[in-house]
Amino acid sequence: MKSVIAQHLVKTYRNGEVRALDDLSLDVEEGTVLSVLGPNGAGKTTTVRILATLLNPDSGQASVGGIDVIKNPEKVREIIGLSGQYAAVDETLTGWDNLVMFGRLYHLGKQASINRANELLERFSLTDSARRPIKTYSGGMRRRLDLAASLIVKPKVLFLDEPTTGLDPRGRQEMWGVIEELVKDGVTLLLTTQYLEEADQLADEIAVIDHGKVIARGTSDVLKKQVGGERLEVVVESQQIQATMEIVSKVSGNKASLDDALRQVSAPVSTGVSALIEVLRELDASGIHPLDVGLKRPSLDDVFMSLTGHVAEEGEQS
Amino acid sequence: MKNAISDALVITKRQLLQLARVPEVLLFSTIQPVMFVLLFRYVFGGSISTGQPGGYVQLLMPGIFVQTVAFTLAATASGLAEDMGKGLIDRFRSLPISRSALVVGRTLGDSLLNIVVLAVMGTAGYVVGWRPTSGLPKVLLAFLFLLLFGYALSWTGIFAGLSARDARVVQNMSFMITFPMTFLSNAFAPTTGMPRALQYVAEWNPVSTMVAACRELFGVKNQFGVTAGSFPSTHPLVMSLIYMVVIMVIFIPLSVRKYINSSK
Repeated sequence: MKSVIAQHLVKTYRNGEVRALDDLSLDVEEGTVLSVLGPNGAGKTTTVRILATLLNPDSGQASVGGIDVIKNPEKVREIIGLSGQYAAVDETLTGWDNLVMFGRLYHLGKQASINRANELLERFSLTDSARRPIKTYSGGMRRRLDLAASLIVKPKVLFLDEPTTGLDPRGRQEMWGVIEELVKDGVTLLLTTQYLEEADQLADEIAVIDHGKVIARGTSDVLKKQVGGERLEVVVESQQIQATMEIVSKVSGNKASLDDALRQVSAPVSTGVSALIEVLRELDASGIHPLDVGLKRPSLDDVFMSLTGHVAEEGEQS
Repeated sequence: MKNAISDALVITKRQLLQLARVPEVLLFSTIQPVMFVLLFRYVFGGSISTGQPGGYVQLLMPGIFVQTVAFTLAATASGLAEDMGKGLIDRFRSLPISRSALVVGRTLGDSLLNIVVLAVMGTAGYVVGWRPTSGLPKVLLAFLFLLLFGYALSWTGIFAGLSARDARVVQNMSFMITFPMTFLSNAFAPTTGMPRALQYVAEWNPVSTMVAACRELFGVKNQFGVTAGSFPSTHPLVMSLIYMVVIMVIFIPLSVRKYINSSK
């Protein structure tokens, strides 16, 4: 069953001048993680805001947990959790204050709100800082608290909009750990990110979006294959480069390219390991002993580059 | 409906908690009007002739009360603009709570804050010689009236805060409106000394009708210039009530709609 369905979403700003979403469709299977991957301004946040009932599309339909987000936003709000790019919590209040307040707003009773707050603080390793105002928290702690606030009533579907943007590597690692735990509990998760590595790490499926459209989707493996399989790479001594280029070109059937600085000869191959073995045999027959040799699968960076024709930009979200 | 009220009260409680966590805010929002009391009472008071039994302070205090209440709308506006900028409004809007809870809760919180501030002002006034002569019921009625005025105004603050996206800008803008409004009135000096055209503006100013109404309720005689005999001068209470109703009729639906549709 699909927990999230978006069909032909269109959203324009400034009287149609800016098309934030341009016929975007996607869906998320129940209990799985879909990562929406795209550069700044691709339409990631707009998509999340529509699915989380914060924004109406100009046209198109969307449902979450089988409920229409445009016709029945109140019902949708009961089953979703949302954590955005910024920690949307009250910074003058303590972590505990915030969680209890959100518990009350989810209509848990007073005691239940307190219990849930304590539970979540414990789970996200924030118990020690529970009584400190949020503004004294580190970036990573804020994000964890923000995430905790979106989990008060165990949402069926969780939307995380760039959960690690702006965090340092350690904060990011911690956040990934927390998200992986959640996924184990079976929540359906839609996660946006501009970090290719993050999508690779966390998602069952990836939808690559650019200029308001889904331009590719599939598992990370499928996407990598779509870009054109593997590359064979051989590093040799300078004087053997020429001979190696000839061998690699012959075996792969493609023109080999050279990275001068690394003394690395490489070419796309379609036959994988057998190409690797053949190249090694030919090199050996010619008396060439490679310093390094391997098959490299394309990274998501390569995927992005080949799909969009431009590199994924990282930085501030517009 | 029951949820709508309890949701709003959670938001009100949030505002009180904020004050408890950062008590300086409350401290400064009461120190400022106390400073006004002292400055006007002792610096300008001597050079404003009133012909009023009890002296200038009897005229001054109602003006200070109205000004204090009017100034809180800047905090309302900037508070909401800040919530908006930090994405907190988005979070509230993604929760299964009543659509009016956030804004209603906020205006209730403002009223509670006004009670505290007015109590401090009243005490400060008493210390420097303010003595209402109309008896307790009318004095309480005047304070109730001030609270109602503050409540109506806080809806304009809500609307301004939801319309702007930067807390500092909207705070300064609010002051740019409330500051001339409170001074272009009868609050601190009789309007009789103003140019003729300005006297009309000043007397129809809601701040003036409020001040005149409070003076009446505190047992102080109002002074009018060219506008003597006009409706706001003869019926300041009624006129003020009309203003409050008009403000609320316009700004409550506007604010709630703005909140629900913010960024749609």
